[in-house]
Amino acid sequence: MLSLKRFNLTDVLAFIVISVGAVFMVAPLLWTLSTSFKSKAEVFALPPVWIPETFHFEKYIEIWEKGPLLSGIQNSLIITVCVTIIGTFTSSLAAFAFAKLRFPFKNMIFLLLLSALMIPYPAVMIPQFILFSEFGWVDTLKPLIVPGLFGNIMMIFFLRQYLTSVPGAIIEAAKIDGSSYFGIFSKIIFPLIRPAVAAQLILWFMAVWNDYLAPIIYLNSPEKQTLQLVIANFNATYAIQTDYALIMAASFIALLPMLIIFLVFQKQIIESVAISGVKG
Amino acid sequence: MKVRSNLYRKEGYYGYLFVLAPVVGYLLFTLYPLLYSLYGSFTDWDGLGQMTFIGLDNFKDILADELFYKASFNTIFMMIGIPIEITLALLLAMGLNRKMFGTTTFRVIYYVPVISSLAAVSILWQWAYNGDYGLVNQFLALFGFEGPNWLADKYTVKPALILMMIWKNIGYSMLLYLAALQSVPKDYYEAAQLDGANSWNIFWNITFPMVKPVTFFIVVTKIIGGAQIFTEVNIMTPTGGPEYSSATVVFYVWKKAFENLQMGYASGMAMLLGLFIFVITLVQFRMNERASKDME
Repeated sequence: MLSLKRFNLTDVLAFIVISVGAVFMVAPLLWTLSTSFKSKAEVFALPPVWIPETFHFEKYIEIWEKGPLLSGIQNSLIITVCVTIIGTFTSSLAAFAFAKLRFPFKNMIFLLLLSALMIPYPAVMIPQFILFSEFGWVDTLKPLIVPGLFGNIMMIFFLRQYLTSVPGAIIEAAKIDGSSYFGIFSKIIFPLIRPAVAAQLILWFMAVWNDYLAPIIYLNSPEKQTLQLVIANFNATYAIQTDYALIMAASFIALLPMLIIFLVFQKQIIESVAISGVKG
Repeated sequence: MKVRSNLYRKEGYYGYLFVLAPVVGYLLFTLYPLLYSLYGSFTDWDGLGQMTFIGLDNFKDILADELFYKASFNTIFMMIGIPIEITLALLLAMGLNRKMFGTTTFRVIYYVPVISSLAAVSILWQWAYNGDYGLVNQFLALFGFEGPNWLADKYTVKPALILMMIWKNIGYSMLLYLAALQSVPKDYYEAAQLDGANSWNIFWNITFPMVKPVTFFIVVTKIIGGAQIFTEVNIMTPTGGPEYSSATVVFYVWKKAFENLQMGYASGMAMLLGLFIFVITLVQFRMNERASKDME
């Protein structure tokens, strides 16, 4: 009896602590949203106003005129879609070869690729910049797209692990049936690993979409910049005018796409993070 | 026999073909730049003109550069957030691992900052830390405290960044712990309870050892990531903070390379950073190996 009672008490306590924590987690995000609808007086009101008296939607119209927000979204979309679609194809093809095909030095090559995970981007960013500036690619989207097309090593690693559970006999049988190696990949392997590919693709999409360091190095002109740079510039420009409602509206627009993707693919994202962490 | 060897040759041919893209990508965008960086760190180089070989001069200058030490100290100081985050994440995961109302909702709430763009999050926290009307000080005012202007004070800027990073990242560690906790066999706990073990004993002898691989993974990845903090510093304190008190190594490398065009000097610092990450990771793997041997 006593132990049962204590168990319930800990449950209630845990629930309360986690709830209070959850309030702290959402407060800054809700504050961003609420500020974007506030009048100037309400922005600076003490104590803070959480629900504006009248909702001001003007800022959500103004942001499209006051900065290259639309082209920022376009640029981010071009980069992320190109990189993740083509990069996922090259990555899964390589993962198939590393997991299921026999060729000399296979494991050595794989280990070599894995070593790239250890090398931080700042250690290679300066020569990469010089290389791309020699191509005349600075202030274009190419330096942000091209390296991604060659695949993602984390994804190759993850898919290769996933493929070890696929029996080799399926492939042998397909070979006897006269399937080509690419046919085996596209007709047998790819459909099998599709859930894992989808999960990894979403994670990669988010990483590229949210990237800031590489875009800030390569992109100068406002109309070439990605969404992340555009909102950072909004922040720097309108801070002097203390137009917080405008800054918060732009920030919220920047948060929205990932928020929607997360809410839709929540299950896949959480599962794939959990698997890659525990098994990686 | 002939047919068989032909088949293998064909398989090998396709194998190489399929891994060609990442291998070329690795050579072009990792190995070649790394070697180039290494060479560049021994030169006087502005990125446009000639590279003049100057031997170890860059490294001598770096090791005498007060700002480099400051940036290194700041980077390491901000890693204080790692043990705090890990502890909180494990406690949270243990709480959420119970059969409780609303666990899925909580999981989503704690994970939302992780998926949010770091740039947007840095912007909203910059305003939350504003001294006059920021959310943080308005909250403190409820309890009668008058908060500082967090990002403009050299004593509070680092704790402010640490707090924000914990907020941003805790959901990720929590999720990894939750996955690990769910894979612990239930009979372990039942057996321990039958033996009359208390909660602390259960935690220390079952839960903690069972999640150790995850702790190791989180610590290693957090330190690698922590050594490369840039975005939040660049957006929240564009000048590197009061008296350069929030500048990190990557921030300083970026300034030197792309604002001062001292590419050789910046490459030298980047190489030292890479070396630091490599050594720290290696040491951790060694320690982990030894610890798991001791357990056996």
